[in-house]
Amino acid sequence: MATTEEIQSGLAEILEEVAGVLPADATPEKSFTEDLDVDSLSMVEIATAVEDKFGVAIPDDELANIRTVGDAISFIEKNQS
Amino acid sequence: MSDIVVTGLGATTPLGGDVASTWAALLEGRSGIGLLTEAWAEQMPARVIGRLAVEPSERLDRVKARRLDRCQQIALLAAREAWADAGSPEVDPERLAVVIGTGVGGALTMLDQDDELEERGPSRVSPMAVPMLMPNGSAAAVGLELQARAGVHTPVSACAAGSEGISLGLDLIRAGRADVVVAGGAEACIHPLPMAGFSRMRALSTRNDDPKRASRPFDKGRDGFVLGEGAGLIVLERAEFARARGAQIYAVLAGAGVSCDSFDMVQPQPEGDYAALAIRLALRSAGIDAAEIGHVNAHATATPAGDIAEAGAILNAIGDGAAVAGTKSMTGHMLGASGAVEAIFTILALRDQIVPGTQNAEDLDDDPRVQALDIVRGAPRKTTLRAAVNDSFGFGGHNVALVFTAA
Repeated sequence: MATTEEIQSGLAEILEEVAGVLPADATPEKSFTEDLDVDSLSMVEIATAVEDKFGVAIPDDELANIRTVGDAISFIEKNQS
Repeated sequence: MSDIVVTGLGATTPLGGDVASTWAALLEGRSGIGLLTEAWAEQMPARVIGRLAVEPSERLDRVKARRLDRCQQIALLAAREAWADAGSPEVDPERLAVVIGTGVGGALTMLDQDDELEERGPSRVSPMAVPMLMPNGSAAAVGLELQARAGVHTPVSACAAGSEGISLGLDLIRAGRADVVVAGGAEACIHPLPMAGFSRMRALSTRNDDPKRASRPFDKGRDGFVLGEGAGLIVLERAEFARARGAQIYAVLAGAGVSCDSFDMVQPQPEGDYAALAIRLALRSAGIDAAEIGHVNAHATATPAGDIAEAGAILNAIGDGAAVAGTKSMTGHMLGASGAVEAIFTILALRDQIVPGTQNAEDLDDDPRVQALDIVRGAPRKTTLRAAVNDSFGFGGHNVALVFTAA
């Protein structure tokens, strides 16, 4: 089980790789689309990378509810096996 | 009818990462051909290729690069170079068009994503797969960057696509639909599937023991083309528009001709009758007499049948007075980019008054049509040039000829 810090830093790595977001900018209150300029196709890539890294499944209807970095961290914490 | 002028050039090829380095290497007679090093190459009968001299992903922002297929990356790099070379024209976006031809578009993405699908299932196919594999992706990526709104087009005509891109650019300006067009071609498909397919057609040279001598246009010992990759783009402008903004002018794109053999899917019509038709149409479109053509940058892929048919076409349409160069001897065959890159060579030949040498044409084919041509072999030839032709032909029977005149 990854800790919250590990999830946050792992997610930051994915955001940097896929969308060029600086790790320092990937803080929980940030909105992916509005603050970090992540487009819808990149969100799908990020979700796939999160699934592979943390062993979670993100159904499409759940992905639509993940709006901020914090939402993603909470989702991973709740669903990781 | 107003002239259409060339004001900017951009290319990335097996000889260099830009136009200047490519042209310098070409005039030195250097070869851009090498051997495949990938593990899959061991099974291939043909292992000689023309790989890009400069890796494109290293010259692009990393996040940008991962969202573009390799052919889109090099189209974008060539477009940036050409646009900067033209002095970044200030043009109404609604008067700016892009035309980038290709043979197969984002083939590498198609094949890589198919591997993902087979190995990991549909949920692991990239959401970027479709925009990266679609053939119009290169034109769209360049159009997006330059904010071109007068139309973004993609001729798909195999190895004639780059020339057809330039021909269509000419048409757009002549028809009054654009003032400035970024036109050419891009191709990057060095991969086991295309190589196996071309090999099964016996189209590729298997001179694996001597890569630099593998591409041998018009030579008796030629045994097929060498697959290359590259991109070439030129900036075309209505002459009044270019002069009004004080642009440098490399050459005039005086005319273009397009025809189709409609003879066989892949074999050229043996006499080159319809290749000759394209050249004649280009001369007519340019209002230029065949006798004025001092140089032909030939398609000359070094396939046994193609070079003979082309020799016939050149003799029929132009005669034996033009200095002919087969530059694929150094670049390999960049498929849908080759016509555009060779158009750039033709433009620079006019600017510098020099015809590049054909390499590896050591023992010319005995065919009387080849024997009759004035093929410049070995070192380049300084000469006086006023007008020159670049011709390109593609599977499907496509024939395109472009006529350029000195600025």
